[in-house]
Amino acid sequence: MIVLGIETSCDETGVGVVRAEPGGAVTLLANEVASSVDEHARFGGVVPEVASRAHLQAMVPAVHRALATAGVTGRDVDAVAVTAGPGLTGALLVGVAAAKAYAAAWDVPLYGVNHLAAHVAVDTLQHGPLPPCLALLVSGGHSSLLDVPDIAGPVTPLGATIDDAAGEAFDKVARLLGLPFPGGPHIDRVARDGDRAAVAFPRGLTGPRDAPFDFSFSGLKTAVARHVEALERAGTTMPVADVAASFQEAVVDVLTAKAVRAARERGMDTLLLGGGVAANSRLREMAQERCAAAGVRLRVPRPGLCTDNGAMVAALGAHLVAAGAAPSSPELPADSSLPITEVLV
Amino acid sequence: MLVLALDTATPAVTAGVVELTDAGPVERSVRVTLDARKHAELLMPGVLAACAEAGVALRDVDAVVTGTGPGPFTGLRVGMVTAAALGDALDVPVHGVCSLDAIAADALAAAAALPGRLLVVTDARRREVYWALYDGALRDGDGAPRRVDGPHVEAPVTLAARAAALGAVAAAGASAAAVGLPEREPASPSPAGLVAVAAVALRSAERPGPLEPLYLRRPDAVEPGARKRVSAG
Ligand SMILES: [Zn+2]
Repeated sequence: MIVLGIETSCDETGVGVVRAEPGGAVTLLANEVASSVDEHARFGGVVPEVASRAHLQAMVPAVHRALATAGVTGRDVDAVAVTAGPGLTGALLVGVAAAKAYAAAWDVPLYGVNHLAAHVAVDTLQHGPLPPCLALLVSGGHSSLLDVPDIAGPVTPLGATIDDAAGEAFDKVARLLGLPFPGGPHIDRVARDGDRAAVAFPRGLTGPRDAPFDFSFSGLKTAVARHVEALERAGTTMPVADVAASFQEAVVDVLTAKAVRAARERGMDTLLLGGGVAANSRLREMAQERCAAAGVRLRVPRPGLCTDNGAMVAALGAHLVAAGAAPSSPELPADSSLPITEVLV
Repeated sequence: MLVLALDTATPAVTAGVVELTDAGPVERSVRVTLDARKHAELLMPGVLAACAEAGVALRDVDAVVTGTGPGPFTGLRVGMVTAAALGDALDVPVHGVCSLDAIAADALAAAAALPGRLLVVTDARRREVYWALYDGALRDGDGAPRRVDGPHVEAPVTLAARAAALGAVAAAGASAAAVGLPEREPASPSPAGLVAVAAVALRSAERPGPLEPLYLRRPDAVEPGARKRVSAG
């Protein structure tokens, strides 16, 4: 069975194609992504209207490329899955409308799925069936800790950011350090030559009375800004690599500590990382160390599957079909704040 | 020729099946739902209902015509991406037409030729309107209007002050009342009006070009200025 997945929740127009085997395995056939990230760079963040315009232009060509890469035609597609939320409303609507049209024209069922659950499901394309797991999803739009007993079933949110998403903090700090947007890859790169212990930046929400599984990166961002301003006032050359490495260390320390603690408290022996920030090399490294120490298995999809893409949506769709889930209504809405407890709309 | 026509450039979510006969467009079915916030939810159900009422399957459709605005962006894109995806999946051509042209086609077909020009005016939100100006007579037997100015986006008072100078003697479209001229129906494009505008292209064997939305406004976005200081003093 062939499932086509469409993702337009932020600035990537993603179209993926997967094949669901009778035994339950799901294999990746195509993963086409058209990104409008360059158009947002000069604004220092994703501009919703710019992203929506780009989705409209990119949608049909992306479907074409995905089908061609997968070596199938529209007639071979057995189901269409689409991100119904959470995300930017105008961006989501382009994908939802396109998915409805393709599903109706091909006369196949439509599945409106949750973007966050899709970030979890994508790992099955690389590492096979997923046992019950704890998932840490970190990107420019989300920072969530989820208890996932079953990929096609309800998900329990354990915690989330109370202010900035982790990826947003990377973008803002990159700007402070004169690095381009998006900040994540640039900070990762320059931090490799820096001293992680150069500056002791605060670890947000890690006090004994703080919510154990929530995150806060706003205070950290302000601390970096103060540090940079103090250096400027003193006329010191900015040690960009040291500040980047120390900032990154603070983010990664909190993320991995909370994730591993959650896994142990929930009795989960698998931790899954997902979202664009999961491509960060220091996050992968520290998660690996801490999981090994705690006896937790770590699963991290390769970077191309961590960032937003259509294959993750197709993968979740395939698992939902396999689980016998009922398709979505043709009146499926886009929901910018879709709760993670709703895996299928 | 069976044509599926869509438009989401106004609060009306419009879908219909139109037969383009030798004598011009003939509507076989129309579904219109008024809800400016639910274009994406309502459009495909409307398309399927229109097909069912006309007794045709989507795969029987020979071409798709869609309004390309101008209109509020989020809703406009729903109709355009739906049309593009349907055309792609069904392997039929998709023709984009200015939504104001389709309103003009309807307004001029419904009554005797105008002794002057017709303004078509729709809501652009933010206290502005979209408008275009048309010759009072239709161009051909298919009912295509002749646009002589626009489309533009402007404050309604500015447009009203210039309406006489533009030679306008009547206005159509949902914001027609803003210019103080005798009003004509309709408020939003009909499937027949959309097909009338696209008729020449539909009848030709040429493959239509890519769909281009008529946004008329740049995205709201400002480049970040100087950094705000967070330290005191
Ligand atoms: Zn994401």
